[in-house]
Amino acid sequence: MPTPLDIIRQGERAENRPWPRFNVTADAWRQVASEIAAGHATLLGLWADRAVLPTIYMAIMDDAVGDIALASLACPDGSYPSVGALHPPAIRLERAIHSLYGYIAAGMADSRPWLDLGFWNVQHPLGAREEAPAVREPYRFLPVEGESLHQIPVGPVHAGTIEPGHFRFTAGGETVVRLEARLGYAHKGIESLMAGAPIEQAARLAARTSGDSTVAYAIAFAHAVEAALGVEAPPRAQFLRALMAELERLANHLGDIGAICNDASFSLMHAHCGILREHVLRAANDAFGQRLMMDRVLPGGVAADLTRDGIISIRELLRQIRSRFPRLIELYDNTASLQDRTVASGILRADLAQQFGASGYVGRASGRNVDARKTPGYAPYDRLTFTVPVLTAGDVNARVWIRIHEVEQSMALIEQILERLPDGQIAHTLNGAGGGEGLGLAESFRGDVLAWVRLNDGCVLRCHLRDPSWFQWPLLETAIEGNIVADFPLCNKSFNCSYSGHDL
Amino acid sequence: MRRTLFESLTHRPLTEAPPIASDAALAELAAEVERSARRRLGRSLAIREVDAGSCNGCELEIHALSNAFYDLERFGLRFVASPRHADVLLVTGPVTKNMRQALERTYAATPDPKWVVALGDCAFDGGIFSGSYAVAGGVSQVVPVDLHIRGCPPPPIEILKGLIALLDLQAGKRTSRSPMPGGP
Repeated sequence: MPTPLDIIRQGERAENRPWPRFNVTADAWRQVASEIAAGHATLLGLWADRAVLPTIYMAIMDDAVGDIALASLACPDGSYPSVGALHPPAIRLERAIHSLYGYIAAGMADSRPWLDLGFWNVQHPLGAREEAPAVREPYRFLPVEGESLHQIPVGPVHAGTIEPGHFRFTAGGETVVRLEARLGYAHKGIESLMAGAPIEQAARLAARTSGDSTVAYAIAFAHAVEAALGVEAPPRAQFLRALMAELERLANHLGDIGAICNDASFSLMHAHCGILREHVLRAANDAFGQRLMMDRVLPGGVAADLTRDGIISIRELLRQIRSRFPRLIELYDNTASLQDRTVASGILRADLAQQFGASGYVGRASGRNVDARKTPGYAPYDRLTFTVPVLTAGDVNARVWIRIHEVEQSMALIEQILERLPDGQIAHTLNGAGGGEGLGLAESFRGDVLAWVRLNDGCVLRCHLRDPSWFQWPLLETAIEGNIVADFPLCNKSFNCSYSGHDL
Repeated sequence: MRRTLFESLTHRPLTEAPPIASDAALAELAAEVERSARRRLGRSLAIREVDAGSCNGCELEIHALSNAFYDLERFGLRFVASPRHADVLLVTGPVTKNMRQALERTYAATPDPKWVVALGDCAFDGGIFSGSYAVAGGVSQVVPVDLHIRGCPPPPIEILKGLIALLDLQAGKRTSRSPMPGGP
């Protein structure tokens, strides 16, 4: 029986690197949709392009081997068979495509707008770009029926220093019956700003899609551009990228482990983890000249070489974490009042994590053994030794433990990188006249970031960036069900989905 | 836990020496304010942070202000959960059109006297996101701004310098606007 990847590959082959793209028929498209709905492959992304013809793209992966297939479907009349009608993880992607392009997923169950909250002067800004209608329908949240239920609207301005988004809780007493998120408040129109931008400018935009994952986004974008142009970053640059990516992972994990405990009112962990996070950012600043390492990874290589002082700072950082972190883990593990909050709250079922193809600690705490550094894998991780922690409990505690293990793995990776850092140049000059299409992936601390580009003459014609949060936000809604409202901040922080990365 | 707590008692603090407001314009403002006046009126500002569509980079550095190295609260600056409790709105992001109304409402919900600080390059004029159909193009396009702190993102020490300058400015305004009304 042909796999969904085989079905795609029966289409007409088109240029895309490193994975070729296949133009498929509407029938094949439907077949692939039902195959991924049956769990025979994971949906990696679904996006649109307004090239010669309106076109929809779908990337799917066979998790077991990391094989990726990319399908495209021309839809001259702006309509294509809905994937979301069969496979719920695609629903929000299709709603976003409709809001941004006006293309209709025929048969989709949910036709409400997504990202477009009714405040733009235009509608379908990446498609026909018509003037927005003067009167718009009010947004309808999903219905909830039952006795004595009440609703709690939260956001977009939250009580803490976090990103904007709206959460609509329906509760029966203390217990959450349904949570529905409405996102898009951070929508900046990044993909429209990318269209026509020179590659360097587009790289700066990619690096500002989600600030906490700026390195991962820059790497994913660089992978896509380099694939499209048929170049590869020099080995030293690949190692330096990995060094930055692991520092970024360390900073986020350390900060968030503390912040999760803080949301359980255990501020001692927060204070100590905050100190370790600050040490990471200072080491990054010493080594690469910027605390978050923004714009340090560029298509073609990296922007700055690692100095001797930088190496000393990073080694000192590892020493600091090694001497302090184990005691914090012990503190986390032995404080009953804290465990009481994190154990068995916000459980994400393994089958849902699998269905949505959840990546990062969200997926790995619910039994998914996935990591873009291994599958499909990219340099230099093929030359480095590390393990991907996997747990099955799926609760807040499991997500914390995945992060604790990943801190240990990232430190081991940084040591290997410093030992094996090859000499040589740190960037290739890109051939400005080149064009082409490329797909890239990179593992952020949160999960896999996907980037797809279509280039011409040193400019981006179209770029699509897919944050891991697209497949994690809907899962948060299921994980909170049956928990008390007061545990939402804790559960939310343990997912820590990106608003800006999702909203674009 | 006991060991960690005991060690904290004997460790020297990690906290950095307080920075001085270095930015030329801000330093000028600060110089006008008598230290005694500042002491008499108290130095305390409640800050409500509003993310108006930033990439989250500025938020990360705002978080850092509360860690042991920068320890924002020693200056009398603290973050509050509601605009109703705030003196200062610290706004990040280019102000997306989707956040414009929420920012206006947050501003309206903040009692007078109030100050608005626009943090980051995109809060200044939209920065890299200006020209998009989806952004208003800077905080000052939506609400009046008293202070811009530039950077992408500005490091915590720069944010701290800006906020300390604002404390000085606030103390100055209070003396010049005396007696202090509850607002218009």
